[in-house]
Amino acid sequence: MGKKLAITGNQAVAEAMKQINPDVCAAYPITPSTEIMQRFASFVSDGVVDTELVTVESEHSAMSACIGASAAGGRVMTATSSQGLALMWEMLHIAAGMRLPIAMALVNRALSAPINIHGDHSDGMGSRDCSWIQIYSENAQEAYDNIFQAVRIAEHEEIRLPAMVCMDGFIISHSIESMEFLPDEVVRDFIGEFKPTNPLLDVDKPVTYGPLVLPDYYIEFKKAQHEAIKRAKKVTLDVAKEFEKVSGRSYGLFESYRLDDAEIAIVVLNSAAGTAKDVVDAFRDKGIKVGLLKPRLFRPFPYEEVADALGSARVIGVFDRADSFGGFGPMYMEIASAMIASGSSPVMINRIYGLGGRDFMPEDAEAVIKELVEIADTGKATTLKEYIGVRE
Amino acid sequence: MVTSRDFEGRTPAWCPGCGNFPILKTLKEALAELDIEPHGITVVSGIGQAAKLPHYMRCHTFNGLHGRTLPVATGIRLANHAMPVIAVAGDGDCYGEGGNHLIHAARRNVNVKLFVHDNQVYGLTKGQASPTTMEGVVTKTQPFGSLSEALNPLALAVALDCSFAARGYAGDTEQLRHLMKEALLHKGFALLDILQPCVTFNRVNTYQWYGERVYRVSGGHDPTDRIEAFRKALEWGDRIPTGIIYRNVRPTLEERIPVIRDVPLVAMPQAQVDPDRLMQGFY
Ligand SMILES: Cc1ncc(C[n+]2csc(CCOP(=O)(O)OP(=O)(O)O)c2C)c(N)n1
Ligand SMILES: [Mg+2]
Repeated sequence: MGKKLAITGNQAVAEAMKQINPDVCAAYPITPSTEIMQRFASFVSDGVVDTELVTVESEHSAMSACIGASAAGGRVMTATSSQGLALMWEMLHIAAGMRLPIAMALVNRALSAPINIHGDHSDGMGSRDCSWIQIYSENAQEAYDNIFQAVRIAEHEEIRLPAMVCMDGFIISHSIESMEFLPDEVVRDFIGEFKPTNPLLDVDKPVTYGPLVLPDYYIEFKKAQHEAIKRAKKVTLDVAKEFEKVSGRSYGLFESYRLDDAEIAIVVLNSAAGTAKDVVDAFRDKGIKVGLLKPRLFRPFPYEEVADALGSARVIGVFDRADSFGGFGPMYMEIASAMIASGSSPVMINRIYGLGGRDFMPEDAEAVIKELVEIADTGKATTLKEYIGVRE
Repeated sequence: MVTSRDFEGRTPAWCPGCGNFPILKTLKEALAELDIEPHGITVVSGIGQAAKLPHYMRCHTFNGLHGRTLPVATGIRLANHAMPVIAVAGDGDCYGEGGNHLIHAARRNVNVKLFVHDNQVYGLTKGQASPTTMEGVVTKTQPFGSLSEALNPLALAVALDCSFAARGYAGDTEQLRHLMKEALLHKGFALLDILQPCVTFNRVNTYQWYGERVYRVSGGHDPTDRIEAFRKALEWGDRIPTGIIYRNVRPTLEERIPVIRDVPLVAMPQAQVDPDRLMQGFY
């Protein structure tokens, strides 16, 4: 068993990066992820990693440097948040389109304007369509564990796509909790040696990255990308199984909490899921059949499996800590797609919460579950999309 | 009569002793001395400790994104070139993340006054090397010392034929007030790089460090002589010149855009715009 320590989410991720010992890290500081690279810099300074740490002048440059290093044949990692990810956006597509398995820690933070440094999922959801594998984490332990798994999934020879591991800014990145580490040699064996595919540094086999592809072939490239990321679903499960063997901690495509016979289900991502589980317990104690689904793999999205897990629910409340203004929240759209595609038609409501780091309290979950109970009784929902805890 | 108290804003959340305090105070005084009213000026900033300055002033303010101060200020100025526009930025903001914008603002000669609070560090994110951090200076993310040569903003400005390039020091507010006023009165883009001790995260370039090195350029320095200005701009080390390093007279961006040359865009009553006359303005 690995050692147990009380540590912040950022420190846990930095520790994971230290154990991975990537070839290159290029980064630019931004709250609340700054601490990850700062701690990592001290590992570089202490000589405990062999990483080339590149400190650049912007996130656009950071992702560009990661792309260059990855194409050259290195194992590459970075970390960012919010506007940093937003500024990387065009490069995120380059990394994915070139099939470069870069791993990134995204410490979720709200987007400007107005400026806000606290946690919500607007940044991650805003890069939903960039063809990065996205794995969300409830707490520091999950973030730590997910980083190793993300590296494995991204680098899998049938996938070769970049991956980001998300955790909630401040709520997780800056709060201390007790978690368990893996011994270094276990990590080393688990992630294995990095085998570059078509590296630029293989001078005997010259390759070209990024040539022009016009209408004659572009769509074929994009379909190939879709097929590749879809394969990540199976690989995620395979990697999770292997991870369980070395860690004793089990992961899936999502977490099902008291869902089996649930007539009422809620879907909650990341840290708020921890809060909501307690509330689910309280309702269960009262004999109300409520369950919770906490998505983990958001891209690719496991539609069939999610629909299956939510199958018994007649009423579903989907919580979104991000918004798609003028539309439903991004998680709601996925859950709705999953249910429709599976041919079931539960009543589904969407509740936007916690934007800009507004606290998500047990009472918030309670109020929504109460509403869901009412909907289950009447079969009717009055408002599909609503914001909770808003001062009017 | 306008007084600096008219610009009084919220209480700053800077560290005690921060070089930003004298810069803020001096800016308010300079504006009062020029008889500019709070509603008669716009202060634009990005993100950083320096960029918080507009929060602490009472006037038109715009707080945008890290690095993007100058493009926004350019837009504001072109919409209303009757109103003076000050862009406030940190060294990281303006020389790093948004460095490209500086080049083009100087090249276009947009009539915006850029005041850079140059503390030679990223203050807000707690002490990483900025483009003006001196080579070899150790920070938390540059454990082996900053690997790159520091950017020399004044040499860059002279090379770009920037129409006004000056250096001030937060510890010499008398000169700083004069430089701010000169920049505001100058016709064209003005870069005022202000050396600003960061008492928390820059333990190298302290008040003492600057105090021992800065000196006011003498009356003998001719800021209109570009080669001489370049020579002055290159001085950095044991002696650091402050004052107006370089200035020239060339048309501003607003003067080069025929449709707004005579009347600011906001003052143009839409109904009165005759499309034919407007088109003629382009030829
Ligand atoms: C796109 C983006 N990247 C990173 C940040 C985080 N950030 C905020 S201010 C800053 C640097 C601050 O340094 P400087 O501009 O010199 O201002 P100072 O705080 O020193 O006054 C950084 C990296 C951000 N807000 N946006
Ligand atoms: Mg600075």
